[in-house]
Amino acid sequence: MSEREERVELTVDGETIAGRAGQSIAGVLLAAGRTHWRSTAAGGRPRGLFCGIGVCFDCIVTVNGVRDVRACQRRAHDGDVVLVQGPQDEGRAGEEP
Amino acid sequence: MTHVVVVGAGPAGLAAAAAAAEAGARVTLLDGAEHLGGQFWRHARADDDAPRAPRLQHAWSRYRALRDAVRRECEVVLGASVWAIDVSGERAVLHALVGEADGRAREPRSWRPDAVVLATGAHDRTLPFPGWDLPGVVTAGAAQAYAKAEGIALGRRVVVAGAGPFLLPAAVSAATAGSRVVGVYEANPLRTLASGWLPRAWRLAGAWRKGIEAAGYLADLARHRIPYRVGTAVVAAHGRERVEAVTIAALDATWRPVAGSERVVETDAVCVSHGFLPRLELPVAAGCALSAERFVVVDEDQRTSVPGFWAAGEITGIAGADAAIAEGRVAGASAAGAVPDPRALRMRARHGRFAERMHAAHGIRGGWTAWLTDETVVCRCEEVSYGRLVATLRHAPDAGLRSLKLATRAGLGICQARVCGRTVEELIVAERAPGDATSDARPLAIPVRLAELALGEDATPSQRKEHDV
Ligand SMILES: Cc1cc2nc3c(=O)[nH]c(=O)nc-3n(C[C@H](O)[C@H](O)[C@H](O)COP(=O)(O)OP(=O)(O)OC[C@H]3O[C@@H](n4cnc5c(N)ncnc54)[C@H](O)[C@@H]3O)c2cc1C
Ligand code: FES
Repeated sequence: MSEREERVELTVDGETIAGRAGQSIAGVLLAAGRTHWRSTAAGGRPRGLFCGIGVCFDCIVTVNGVRDVRACQRRAHDGDVVLVQGPQDEGRAGEEP
Repeated sequence: MTHVVVVGAGPAGLAAAAAAAEAGARVTLLDGAEHLGGQFWRHARADDDAPRAPRLQHAWSRYRALRDAVRRECEVVLGASVWAIDVSGERAVLHALVGEADGRAREPRSWRPDAVVLATGAHDRTLPFPGWDLPGVVTAGAAQAYAKAEGIALGRRVVVAGAGPFLLPAAVSAATAGSRVVGVYEANPLRTLASGWLPRAWRLAGAWRKGIEAAGYLADLARHRIPYRVGTAVVAAHGRERVEAVTIAALDATWRPVAGSERVVETDAVCVSHGFLPRLELPVAAGCALSAERFVVVDEDQRTSVPGFWAAGEITGIAGADAAIAEGRVAGASAAGAVPDPRALRMRARHGRFAERMHAAHGIRGGWTAWLTDETVVCRCEEVSYGRLVATLRHAPDAGLRSLKLATRAGLGICQARVCGRTVEELIVAERAPGDATSDARPLAIPVRLAELALGEDATPSQRKEHDV
């Protein structure tokens, strides 16, 4: 990969993480060394990437205020604000009216 | 002019769109992803001309030719997830949401074409084992996809396990991306592999190219010093926040772990797949007949049982990208009202045999349930354990799949049983007599947000259900 490649910067739970343009949000997280970013509703178990192609929903995050976005499917855009989801989010009213 | 809509822009869909356009049809090609190429051809940017990791990309020139043809001849809509097919009227209506994956305000669009080619592909199937839900345990497809598209090595010491020829390229990709691959563990013993691949030598010609491909991967494994062990499996993963080690055991021919053969291997990434499952949501929504093995049934011209619907690629059987291309070419020409190219028919016949062999050599055997413990999570979404499922089954011996799901919530989570559906069905069969229900019928082909449905005009009320209420 060339130095001149376009960079993107995400904020993940307040922390700034840099990635390359074109990467998925999961790709940026993985490249930054994070293997898990969600915890499950019942057991509080850590989860991250599993199927990689949008089928399993293990990787969901909140992006710019919208919940349940599959990190493996969503392209990372500069300035995206990503929040990890945990048991406390479960059953909470979503962003929909 | 005939209007053909192709759903899925993998090898099958690209070939179908190009063939339909060549036959004179007006073609719309839709894919939920933001890039052309499906699971097979991956690249970090839509306009990349060269793959990020050239050694991982097969037949890239073929991709370029197909890509250029569809861009020239077809209307291509990417980021278009087809979530419903309405077949109640004279002509089928396809409903899609167009925009960023899981975005809030995607644009609803509908098409009412003369012919539809479904080419939605497949996803990995992974059998549960203790610890398979730990971070760092991923499908072999995920590892492959991230190595190819983003050049990411998922761990420093990687274990690849499961069943099927697809483990080989996944291991080579992981090694190329910079991981040390500790080993590839194929569940089937040499005898089963040989009885699938070796006999009937006169028919081997058909699988010849695949044979060469597999031999090439085996050579790559040797070059990277990756051991390939048959008749073995990862029977447990261990770790707290992420996987730190796995237990590997020898299996008998039925995939039952051999007592006393276990050993613990340190690892920080485990890539596991036991085969592929077709993405059947749309064919099921359209009413297409499925085979006993639950693939879409097609005739010589790739026509499904529903008039106006064709199918191609992995949804009609798992046979690899070459078969998908051949099927796509036949389907596209036929959907456009033309006679399929005899060369495509011959190519399809050749590659079809690969599928039979693969199943004979690498198919799942029933003894695997012996590695489950009561605590093993079966349904990842709703966190339903094996012990819970078995207890519920024993408590209500006559309960079918539906009531089992309702009682335990297995398969009712956000993935709509895509990951655990077949497994739960098989566990019911293992516990007692076969049931009749399946998990293939889903209310929606893709998750949709309520607000987006409100935007769509003629969504069917029964389909107004969403994942985040
Ligand atoms: C993660 C993964 C990685 C793989 N990597 C390789 C590999 O490296 N080498 C190899 O030989 N084989 C690989 N395979 C096997 C692969 O599936 C086939 O070889 C080949 O890609 C099949 O082609 P296809 O056209 O049938 O399906 P696919 O290539 O899977 O294409 C199907 C397309 O349909 C789209 N789609 C599905 N549902 C919808 C919908 N509702 N709306 C809109 N679009 C939809 C998908 O986004 C996808 O792009 C992989 C499989 C998986 C699951
Ligand atoms: S990893 Fe399965 S949906 Fe993202």
